[in-house]
Amino acid sequence: MFWQQLVNGLTLGSTYSLIALGYTLIMGVLNIVNMAHGEIFMFGAFVGLLLVTHLKVNIFVAMLGAALTGAILGIILERVALRPLRRKAVSHLAPLISTIGVSIFLESVALKLFGPQSRDFPSSFTAAFEFGPMRISLVQIFILAVSFSLMLVLRFWLAKTKIGKALRATAENIETANLLGVNTNKIIVLTVSLASALGSVAGVLVGLSFNAVEPTMGITMGLKGLAVLILGGMGNITGAMLGGLILGIAEVFSVAYGNSSYRDAVAFGMIIVILFIRPQGLFGSRDQQGGK
Amino acid sequence: MLKIEGLVTGYGSIKALKGIDLEVPAGSIVSLIGANGAGKTTAMKSLSGLLKPESGRIIYKGKQIQGLAPHKIVSLGISLVPEGRNILSQMTILENLEMGAYQRKDGQVAADLRSVFNRFPVLEERKNQLGGTLSGGQQQMLAIGRAMMAKPDLLLLDEPSMGLAPMVVADIFKVIKEINQEGATVLLVEQNVRQALKIAHYAYVLETGKIVYNGTAEEVAANPRVKEAYLGGSKTTV
Repeated sequence: MFWQQLVNGLTLGSTYSLIALGYTLIMGVLNIVNMAHGEIFMFGAFVGLLLVTHLKVNIFVAMLGAALTGAILGIILERVALRPLRRKAVSHLAPLISTIGVSIFLESVALKLFGPQSRDFPSSFTAAFEFGPMRISLVQIFILAVSFSLMLVLRFWLAKTKIGKALRATAENIETANLLGVNTNKIIVLTVSLASALGSVAGVLVGLSFNAVEPTMGITMGLKGLAVLILGGMGNITGAMLGGLILGIAEVFSVAYGNSSYRDAVAFGMIIVILFIRPQGLFGSRDQQGGK
Repeated sequence: MLKIEGLVTGYGSIKALKGIDLEVPAGSIVSLIGANGAGKTTAMKSLSGLLKPESGRIIYKGKQIQGLAPHKIVSLGISLVPEGRNILSQMTILENLEMGAYQRKDGQVAADLRSVFNRFPVLEERKNQLGGTLSGGQQQMLAIGRAMMAKPDLLLLDEPSMGLAPMVVADIFKVIKEINQEGATVLLVEQNVRQALKIAHYAYVLETGKIVYNGTAEEVAANPRVKEAYLGGSKTTV
């Protein structure tokens, strides 16, 4: 029972981590919360679903399509809602509001395009494997494999590659990065599109695991991603990864060992307790909130 | 190599630079001296692209560069070591140095890294530690080393002695002189006028946004007004 629930929790948590990474990357580099991230996540889920159901492509191609759509949405978001507000004497809340605008727009477009009803993925992933007392479905293995490999690749990319280092430098101090020769505008576009691509892939994974894709799915998942962003320490990559896993495990355990209707209450209650003890989040440092 | 003509830069309605003219001949060390708030850092920010000048021209190697973005100016061969050093504290010392060579595509980066480590052995000893763990003097060494990794033709130094112990200041100035002798042209902004005039060939005195006096370092050091205001009375000689 315990191990089974742990696997379930890790599966759910790894999708939270992916969503939170999107928030974290943008928070780290731009110091803003992208309120449209949940809706980009939802669009990714729909694109993946439509590719699988209508074009009958395999799930990897569908995820690639979702990632590409997410990246393009991210580039548009940056152009329309973020760039015009940068380096102008506007309130630092302005990008928050403008991304809320984009999120409302995207949700309305999704309602118009896809309709309000919930849709599901064709059930070709229902196979399951028994490992002693555990029963792990193919979907779970797939989700775990995809999200953990994406997180590992992202970590490696940030730590070792030239562009990854430029992104970290930009996140720490945009002016210094610019003085060292980094075209920081390009890094910002890259960051927003990468974050959105990760969010879209997470959308497909969540769609697969809950077997439900609907235009409002971005709101709840967006809020959970935000909670993880704060739990992990604003802008901290490791924090987002671990924070997502912790939230997922907490939710699953509160259902398994408690009452399913208190699932979110337990999970968010735990976040509040952790933040009482560490107000800066798990991996945030007091003087370096927001990656600065 | 660098020529500034009638440069005006302001923050809104306040003009920090009220039309300055300045020339940096190739191979020289030119020092821009002045008190706090005279506009020295504003001049450096205008040159490196962090601030857009309102009017005037900055001509580098015959090309007008005023208003270009910082990364474009780096690609022309101008590197700034900013006031306060701006070390990337969450990245390792090695990564800081690698970032200095961000735009370079020639094969000499490893050799230049070697020469930075030879000049500042402490950076090599601590290359895998985070930049934020260094002391002030070591951070200044890292900032200069990082700028040298870009292989600049013109090195801009903004207050390299700020907040450092006198011993360390002497070391830093020695290094600046060496870098110049190895071929880089240097524009040095300093409040430590005595030290700056020791290594500079030419000097400009900036007061509330205007150049009030300029000449060779010896001439400037001998100027009674400079002696009075910056060198602690007329009895002292440099």
